[in-house]
Amino acid sequence: MVTVSMEMQILFAGLLFLTGLVGFLVRRNIIFMLMSIEIMLNSAALVFVIAGSHWMQTDGQVMFIFILTVSAAEVSVGLALILQMYHHFKTLDADALKKLRD
Amino acid sequence: MNSIFYIAASVAVLSSVMAITNRNAIHALLYLIISLLSVSVVFYILGAPLIAALEVIVYAGAIMVLFIFVVMMLNIGMEEEIEKGWLTPKMWIVPAILAAILMGIFIYVLKVFHTETTGTEIISPKDVGVSLFTTYLIAVEIAGVLLLAGIVGAYHLGRQQKKVIHRFLVKDGSDKKEVT
Repeated sequence: MVTVSMEMQILFAGLLFLTGLVGFLVRRNIIFMLMSIEIMLNSAALVFVIAGSHWMQTDGQVMFIFILTVSAAEVSVGLALILQMYHHFKTLDADALKKLRD
Repeated sequence: MNSIFYIAASVAVLSSVMAITNRNAIHALLYLIISLLSVSVVFYILGAPLIAALEVIVYAGAIMVLFIFVVMMLNIGMEEEIEKGWLTPKMWIVPAILAAILMGIFIYVLKVFHTETTGTEIISPKDVGVSLFTTYLIAVEIAGVLLLAGIVGAYHLGRQQKKVIHRFLVKDGSDKKEVT
């Protein structure tokens, strides 16, 4: 179907991962940090699918489904934690959590 | 086909960059949905139609709706002071140059060494399903347990706490003020 070299595809996944990593490090809003984690997970799953497509095995796509499951569980728990944080501190700034009391 | 891959990949990277640099959370989420949709196009091109459908349905359909739900619930929109300082050029120009050097080395290595094409055949959803429920059956069960733990954890954490956090603390008095 497609004749793009595998290196270009890995490069694409790496760029996506880099974007997520930079977003995680730069932003202090905790919703944006969670979104960056989503981008990183998505790019990691993309590498699995690329490799599975390269060797024509189904294992990469199976791994994608598992990563999807992990991501869904992580997002639900993370958003519940964000709600609790907003109720306690009335802010979404991650630096507000650096005092480990109350 | 190749140009479709490159277009979808650039749309994905650009919308991801827009998503993490946007100030408004809802706009950032919309950019993130665009990024996920273009990654789904890439999956389809790579010969994984089941994964492309799952990406649209689960990621862009379910997980992003959760995000939008929470953002709408919290009614946020203001940005913080520290982030403003971190997004100025003089903070990130030197690390960006260093990272660009490494990126150049990476691209050079990709250019010089042997390249091979991929995705010459479509892997049908049937094969994926067969592999999922024979070879990886125990992993599917473990994933089910993980989802159950996620449900229980989200329910437990998402509950409204009782008004009195600690028996020595008053309801919403001075202790909240000094934390925020």
